[in-house]
Amino acid sequence: MQALLRELRERVRHAHESRTPLRLRGAGTKDFYGERCEGQLLELHGYAGVLAYEPAELVLTARCGTRLSEIEALLAAQRQFLAFEPPALGGDPTIGGIVAAGLSGPRRARAGAARDFVLGTLLLGCDGELLHFGGTVMKNVAGFDVSRLLCGSLGILGPVLEVSLKVLPLPPAQQTLRFEMAEGEALAAFNRWAGQPLPLCATAWFDGQAWVRLSGAASAVRASAQQLGGERIESEPAAAFWRSARDQTHPLLSRAASLWRLSLPSTAAPLSLAPPAAQLIEWGGALRWCATDRPAAEMRAIAAAAGGSAMHWRGGASGSRFHPLAPPVLELPRRLKARFDPHGIFNPGRLVAEL
Amino acid sequence: MPAQPDDPVNDPARNGAGDEPRWSELAAQPPSPERARAVELALRERLPADCVLSREEELRPYECDGLAVFHQRPMLVVLPHTEAQVRDVLLECRRLDVPVVARGAGTGLSGGAMPHAAGVVLSLARFNRILEIDPLARTARVQPGVRNLAVSEAAAPHGLYYAPDPSSQIACTIGGNVAENSGGVHCLKYGLTVHNVLGLRGYTMDGAPVTLGGRALDAPGLDLLALMLGSEGLLLVITEVILKLVPKPALAQVVMASFDDVGKAGDAVAAIIAAGIIPAGLEMMDRKAAAAVEPFVQAGYDLTAEAILLAESDGTPDEVADEVAAMERVLRAAGATAIAVSHSEAERLRYWSGRKNAFPAAGRVSPDYYCMDGTIPRKAIGQVLKAIEQLEHKYQLKCMNVFHAGDGNLHPLILFDANQSGAWQRADAFGADILELCVQLGGTITGEHGVGVEKLNSMCVQFSPAERAAFFAVKRAFDPAGLLNPGKAIPTLARCAEYGKLHVHHGRLPHPELPRF
Ligand SMILES: Cc1cc2nc3c(=O)[nH]c(=O)nc-3n(C[C@H](O)[C@H](O)[C@H](O)COP(=O)(O)OP(=O)(O)OC[C@H]3O[C@@H](n4cnc5c(N)ncnc54)[C@H](O)[C@@H]3O)c2cc1C
Repeated sequence: MQALLRELRERVRHAHESRTPLRLRGAGTKDFYGERCEGQLLELHGYAGVLAYEPAELVLTARCGTRLSEIEALLAAQRQFLAFEPPALGGDPTIGGIVAAGLSGPRRARAGAARDFVLGTLLLGCDGELLHFGGTVMKNVAGFDVSRLLCGSLGILGPVLEVSLKVLPLPPAQQTLRFEMAEGEALAAFNRWAGQPLPLCATAWFDGQAWVRLSGAASAVRASAQQLGGERIESEPAAAFWRSARDQTHPLLSRAASLWRLSLPSTAAPLSLAPPAAQLIEWGGALRWCATDRPAAEMRAIAAAAGGSAMHWRGGASGSRFHPLAPPVLELPRRLKARFDPHGIFNPGRLVAEL
Repeated sequence: MPAQPDDPVNDPARNGAGDEPRWSELAAQPPSPERARAVELALRERLPADCVLSREEELRPYECDGLAVFHQRPMLVVLPHTEAQVRDVLLECRRLDVPVVARGAGTGLSGGAMPHAAGVVLSLARFNRILEIDPLARTARVQPGVRNLAVSEAAAPHGLYYAPDPSSQIACTIGGNVAENSGGVHCLKYGLTVHNVLGLRGYTMDGAPVTLGGRALDAPGLDLLALMLGSEGLLLVITEVILKLVPKPALAQVVMASFDDVGKAGDAVAAIIAAGIIPAGLEMMDRKAAAAVEPFVQAGYDLTAEAILLAESDGTPDEVADEVAAMERVLRAAGATAIAVSHSEAERLRYWSGRKNAFPAAGRVSPDYYCMDGTIPRKAIGQVLKAIEQLEHKYQLKCMNVFHAGDGNLHPLILFDANQSGAWQRADAFGADILELCVQLGGTITGEHGVGVEKLNSMCVQFSPAERAAFFAVKRAFDPAGLLNPGKAIPTLARCAEYGKLHVHHGRLPHPELPRF
């Protein structure tokens, strides 16, 4: 690994000096994700391996190329897990790619996002320097929180070579409930329930059915299931449903030719799209997947009016994927990028076309 | 980081080639009377009369934050009412090249809000309104000068509360909490400030408005919101914050366990987590701390114990019953000599009262105390507490420990008498030794109180020159002129060179075989 590390540092330094753009890549499960980006391929999946895992410390540190499957197996053996449920997206992503993309699964609204579990990172700076930010302890306010800034940065500030993540014990019990509900009714219920002391860990709505997953102590799950009612779903079909939402194998997510991902306040009213789009709603109403080929401008306007943003996840013509940022909002990211990567060698344009 | 003059105080363009004035020294240099008058006039022209304080007796309350050993009278204090006035203050100070230090309640414990002699303190005290509580969306939109506890009080009628609960919560402000990424007793289960802030608004030193995050859970682009948490007032002046509210649990109970050895108590903490339990709070108090607080609060602490653990469980009644039983089992197996469980809300609060009043109690048993804030891996708790005992002998000062054990966040309280010559210097060196030990064990020099001016030297131990340059790069991106809370949080190269301690690489000193403590 030391030889590979030397080589990566050398390549980055050389790219910086020769102003050669690099396209960072882990397992490639997110090749489709983000804006188009050109550059020499910098493969990171080889820099792999779990460096430290101590269950009682609730921390796992791994090199960026380590596969999600390896990490999940290791954690499961100790009855622990990654509580943000990173999506596998039909492959076996690297932990570096997971952090760079910053995507989270069905538990996000209750448990937190990927960035909430990032404790520390090792960044490969453009001049080949190795930079540690954060660390492996639960609480740490020494220095700016660059680690969380890197989460979701899609590599534009440099390759994350190592990451330390907070892990949590697996909840001892889980129960999924299903309700026949119209969209508006489900949105209201999700928000109402989230304000009550219930062990609610995920919610979803699709095609007239609301799904609710409870998880926690067996007694709490039992009592809450009783209180909420609905149809109890067996653990296997329940797991399959949440898996399909998490990994995008759900028919709505996998089959739509043009798929939009709207991030909205959870209380935003049902979308008024004409003709109505098939939707999968997650995160208590805060995430709405829409299968629609409505024009981008319309989707962005709808999301903005509701207080959120719209990402063109898949399909459609060319054009930007992410919700565009107004020029003044771009100013600070532009200055950060200019300081971390003055020659613009890291994933140019992948997160924001201008950066 | 690329070689750029990222270090604002060492930037020749700013300070004239060759010389390297330090903000920490500049901080104490008073302005010339003409300069002070010119700045005051400029600000008075922009602000209503009640917004500018300049008389000595008016300025005195702003000399320091909660860490009074670092104090400095500012040139001026401004107390704007509106965002437009905040922007005007910043624009004017930027134009006149005047340092600005934002201030909440001044309860900070690292000198983060300590003023500059030639600078302006920008107090957010008048930004004290809760603008909106949305019970359905479970959010609170507040001004930064709102007190932490006031948010939970306003949310209570809806069965909701704001989870991060620093011990200072009756006084400290949300703006200060965001700037420090403050924690509290319940952060183990419910997260730090960073996990409970959805969005904020603020102004850069250049007077440019910035809105980050919002009511949606994702925002496009870089996650600058996360970067603001714990940025110690160096990047933005925060003028509005959207907070996440969570449902109040149906029931909470606390288990109190005694141990005859601090090492065993430390191991018990790790054992609880290893058993798959995340308590709502998991705090530890050593014998000296219990003895200091007991006469004060009469909580019924076991004064024969070397260490006391307080472990809270919350949730539905059945869930709490199960968890309490499980914790009792683990604690007994870990060698607890006595265990008590609270059976009423009054009793629960009584058990916590000593923990919450540890600071005032320290003030009662000693003329002065110095609170440290390192974080370590849980497994090292016993080892560190024993090392601290040895340092007590080395420095001839007593130290008591009350801390967030579940997070491994230590708060050694070093007792000293500032009137004794050299006592503060000894306390300071004692504290620095503890922090260095935290870094050696793979931890950090500050878990929640921030670096401020206090831990600048210790930053040299934790971060390499390139890493510190990266921090300056962030600072410069937000504040090219380096005027917003300058001289705090990030030490200059020159300062680290002078401090002369080695950077501990990744929890390892260059020569680990050499005995150090
Ligand atoms: C008795 C006691 C107990 C404490 N217990 C805890 C605890 O349990 N956990 C914990 O984390 N801390 C604790 N603290 C420390 C302190 O209360 C926190 O750091 C708190 O968040 C500071 O808030 P403040 O409003 O007093 O901020 P101040 O002290 O006024 O300022 C702190 C920093 O924030 C900046 N700042 C303030 N407002 C703004 C703003 N609007 N925009 C930009 N920057 C701003 C300042 O410039 C400064 O750098 C304790 C302190 C005391 C005295």
